[in-house]
Amino acid sequence: MISQTFKEAVSAVWSMVVGLKVTGRNFLQPQITVHYPRQVVTNLDTYRGHIELVAKDEDPFKAKCILCGQCENNCPSGCITIESVTRETPAPPAPEPAPGEEAKPAPKPKKVKELTQFMLDYNLCSLCGLCVQHCPVDSLRFSTDVYLAGFSRGEFEFELLEMLQKRGKK
Amino acid sequence: MPDMNTLLAGIPAELTRLVLALIGLMAFIGLNGLALVWVERKVAGHVQRRPGPYEVGPFGLIQPIVDAVKLVGKQLATPAGADKFLFWLAPLLSFLPIFLLFIPIPFSENLVGLNTNLGVLLILAFAGLNVLALCLAGWGQNNKWGLLGAGRAVAQSVAYEIPLLLAVLAVSFQTGSLSLAEITAKQGAWPWQWNIVVQPLAFFLYFICAVAETNRAPFDLPEAESELTAGFHTEYSGMGFGLFFLAEYANMIVVCSVATVLFLGGWQGPVEPGWWWFLIKMYALLVVIIWFRWTYPRVRFDQLLNLNWKWLLPLSMVNLLATAFAVKLFA
Ligand code: SF4
Ligand code: SF4
Repeated sequence: MISQTFKEAVSAVWSMVVGLKVTGRNFLQPQITVHYPRQVVTNLDTYRGHIELVAKDEDPFKAKCILCGQCENNCPSGCITIESVTRETPAPPAPEPAPGEEAKPAPKPKKVKELTQFMLDYNLCSLCGLCVQHCPVDSLRFSTDVYLAGFSRGEFEFELLEMLQKRGKK
Repeated sequence: MPDMNTLLAGIPAELTRLVLALIGLMAFIGLNGLALVWVERKVAGHVQRRPGPYEVGPFGLIQPIVDAVKLVGKQLATPAGADKFLFWLAPLLSFLPIFLLFIPIPFSENLVGLNTNLGVLLILAFAGLNVLALCLAGWGQNNKWGLLGAGRAVAQSVAYEIPLLLAVLAVSFQTGSLSLAEITAKQGAWPWQWNIVVQPLAFFLYFICAVAETNRAPFDLPEAESELTAGFHTEYSGMGFGLFFLAEYANMIVVCSVATVLFLGGWQGPVEPGWWWFLIKMYALLVVIIWFRWTYPRVRFDQLLNLNWKWLLPLSMVNLLATAFAVKLFA
């Protein structure tokens, strides 16, 4: 009984020595601080900045977005507002009916929805990622700008399409 | 110094010595307080693999001075309903006795404020004043956290003072003296001639109690941030807090100095004796205390008292009795 108590005490004291060894070893090891602004971090793959639009592979000025509205509907904070226009492309001229066939009905003019504005109110965004998950065509992703900073709320209301086009120009 | 003597003729030599010692000690405490803050933050940083103070001055050396300036510049606010007199008396009371604690410490053969043959007693007696200051601070500020912190401080100090005393007494039994100078003189220059070889248990007990007496982590319950915001100094701003802070570091220096004298041979370092050995040993102990702080989590209050009453006290008793027997048998 008594020897048990003493054994425990000795092992407790030993555990304290082990603790000192752990912190002592860390003390001697090199620092891992990145001295911003003289240095910047590089491992940003997993960083969740504000969301941004992904451009089409063939056209860096157009987003992949198909305007399904899933992101807007699923955003719990209601920070996405999408504006679009519907354009009618003139119908292609009806092909000449081959002799002996009935003339086909003229094709209807095509209606194409086009994204004109993708507003993100980043002040409200909780970075939950639901919009990114729900996008059926992977048109949304997180940006990696760790050093985003501003002085007023207005500076965090982003027009993502414009940002995409700016990126495209670079 | 003959002209010095004519200049000071008529004033008792002991008095001039005391005044000079006090002035020297003020500078010593102030400088060491700044240095320790820096060391503490550097150690904390490196243990957590950060740089610590870094931007202000080379290696952040100016940082503690800037912090001190900030503290001095702050407004001294007295909380509503506080006992004004006690509230402001407390920080002074915690800081002023520090000088008394330093006076009998022999930094080298001649570098000692007052060479009294009861140095140990003087230090132990006046070290107790600090807890009174904490108690007044907690009581006077009309704040429940402060009061709880003060209660803890009293319980803790009263408990840990006993094994601390007994550990010191064991050394006194062995050397047959309460004079710090004599205890130093009886030890040799080399580590195997120091008291720590004869009294390792006393050193161990003394050191634990010293950490607890100075309210340092892992025994910093009177100011446990996680449960008492800041404990006894919750309501203090500016230099009110600054004095408590300085007193804590000064107390650390005192306990480490006493440990150096009692167990590590004081200024009688290896090879060449001198005050530098004293400072080196003292700072080594201080760094260990700081190292403790960044290693161990804070103990719970019942654990704190259990450790004292169930382990430290019996162990120090046994150690004292064994020392007494050995002294009787072999001396
Ligand atoms: S991350 Fe969440 S909160 Fe932010 S825009 Fe997407 S869905 Fe809305
Ligand atoms: S979920 Fe994707 S495709 Fe649908 S509207 Fe949003 S960004 Fe466009």
